[in-house]
Amino acid sequence: MLRFLFKGVFRDRHRYLFPLIIVATGVFIILFFQAFLRGYMGSFIRQTSGFETGHLKVVTRAYADLISQKPFDLGFLGVQEDLENWKQAHPQLDWAQRIHFGALLDVPDANGETREQGEIAGFAIDMFGSAEERQRMGLEKGLVSGKIPEQPGEILLSDQALKRLKLRLGDPVTLIGSDVYGSLSMAGFTVSGSVSFGVEALDRGAVIADISDIRAMLNMPGGASEILAFLKDGEYDSARVVAIRDSFNQRFSQAGDEFSPLMLTMGEQNELGLLISMMESVFGIMSFIFIFILGIVLWNAGLMNGIRRYGEFGVRLAVGESKRHLYATLILEAVIIGVVGSLIGVLLGVAGLWYFNIHGLDVSVFARTTTLMTEDIVYTELRLADALASLVPGVLATLLGAALAGRAIFSRQTSQLFKELET
Amino acid sequence: MNKILLAILILAALPLWAADPDPASILKAVDANLTFSSSYSVTRMVINGRRSSRTVESVNYAQGEDKFFTEYTAPPRDKGTKMLKLGDKLWIYDPGTDRSVQISGNMLKQSVMGSDLSYEDFMEASKLQDDYSASLEGSASYDGRDCWVLLLTAKKTGLAYSSARIQVDKARNVILHEQLFAKSGKLLKTIRFGNVKKVGGRWYPHFVNFKDELKSGKGTEYYVDEIRFDLSIPAATFTKAMLKK
Repeated sequence: MLRFLFKGVFRDRHRYLFPLIIVATGVFIILFFQAFLRGYMGSFIRQTSGFETGHLKVVTRAYADLISQKPFDLGFLGVQEDLENWKQAHPQLDWAQRIHFGALLDVPDANGETREQGEIAGFAIDMFGSAEERQRMGLEKGLVSGKIPEQPGEILLSDQALKRLKLRLGDPVTLIGSDVYGSLSMAGFTVSGSVSFGVEALDRGAVIADISDIRAMLNMPGGASEILAFLKDGEYDSARVVAIRDSFNQRFSQAGDEFSPLMLTMGEQNELGLLISMMESVFGIMSFIFIFILGIVLWNAGLMNGIRRYGEFGVRLAVGESKRHLYATLILEAVIIGVVGSLIGVLLGVAGLWYFNIHGLDVSVFARTTTLMTEDIVYTELRLADALASLVPGVLATLLGAALAGRAIFSRQTSQLFKELET
Repeated sequence: MNKILLAILILAALPLWAADPDPASILKAVDANLTFSSSYSVTRMVINGRRSSRTVESVNYAQGEDKFFTEYTAPPRDKGTKMLKLGDKLWIYDPGTDRSVQISGNMLKQSVMGSDLSYEDFMEASKLQDDYSASLEGSASYDGRDCWVLLLTAKKTGLAYSSARIQVDKARNVILHEQLFAKSGKLLKTIRFGNVKKVGGRWYPHFVNFKDELKSGKGTEYYVDEIRFDLSIPAATFTKAMLKK
């Protein structure tokens, strides 16, 4: 029966060509966007967690209230012992201490007077002790000139800022800011290299320094403004991080103490949760829209096909085939077209995505105008599960189209069939 | 009969009118207390932060309204930090980096050593009567002293505060309470003065509490441990070269 229908469908070009093109194109589009969005989201999570949020972040309760302002003066002081306890309690996490700070970068002339000055966003990381931190910040990859700091007193500067402030590698600079108690604080550094992150917000003017230097500058012995935690397997998992957060806060956080630690998930920071869940639900939303639109298109195609096959249906009904059976064969034909069309769409999608999986898609033009942290080149991320999942809307859309169009069969009057066929 | 009653009322009110002095003259008297050719002082600033309190000590030299030099002597981390004000310019010297940097623009709004005072506050040293016009709002008692209440309105643009309400000790012509307002009318700072002592023929407060109303906390307490007026200070004190010495 299936073989008979299969032959019937594919021997009549009018029956398969248009629906196949529609389904294959639709599946290709949905698969492409799914893989692109997954790649984009992966890039976003990687960049944002590495630079800013971690998969989880521990801050003081006072800091958490003003987290968007990054008030390092409300950060941790002398937190090393506590950190060791946290590490023991959560061995599944990698930890990274950070201090975010704002400062003026002052460039002196030969007489020690200010030659150039500019505002910078400072990142203090464990530069010398942690290769993971350098990797998370993309320092080696983003190094434009010079070298990664190798000793205290050296900093990296964003390449844009280096050029804007007319600096050369090895030049001395002074960072001027406020310490943790609000006192003016200055510290002298040497520019060892310049970096470009591919993230406009950072490339405008960022300084990356070793955390021990910045602790001394900001009068924060053993301190950190934020302590980031990353799942050791590297993949962000909403359910796991929520469970870890709950366990951590129950054990270590005290509501009455504003300098008590509070763990936040990535989703709880800067309203990223909404963004992440939106991105996660995009596949469902796209599938729904796809089924709806393609269903209407294929319904229309089915109606046209029904008109073209009006005589055939009439004869089949006249020779005794039941309406239900006729309707069922139409549905089966739709399933065949849906499956074949979806498979073609998936194959086309995989072939197309293969290229972008290797070479990536340059989204730097869009990255310039967005505050989202993503890499300039986004690599599509293709998964077998996504490819299989995109077959579903392809088949469902053809089924929907055929089911709606096929209803016309039930309005045919058997008594009128011969009369209709005569005309 | 009515004319007689009116005459009595006018005569009765005359002493009241006579008791209200010209607000400008009150400001002039306040300025006279605060104006000196030069001064030397040793001060302590207790900064009550969110985490803890700390005390910053300094020696200060001033000449007229335009020249001011401060050297911080404690705590150890701040020791050797110097500030020099010459006219409308302000420099800070940091001994750790051996750099002196001019404070300008947005940095002027930053807090001085983490206190409730901004560099902008630090820069404003001109006479009140030059910057503000005054209107008398009435009398009040503050800290057991009988005070005039004056509303000051900025005469010129560019001042850190566009209006202020001050309570001036009637007998000693010293401000005891001051509220500083933004252009919108929002209260930005409250300053309380106390421990008023006579030094060299003038009344001078030896305790000031600065409270930044936009910050939480108890504010900053400022103690004058020693002050001398109208003394001879070497001109070299108010030079940039002095910052690195």
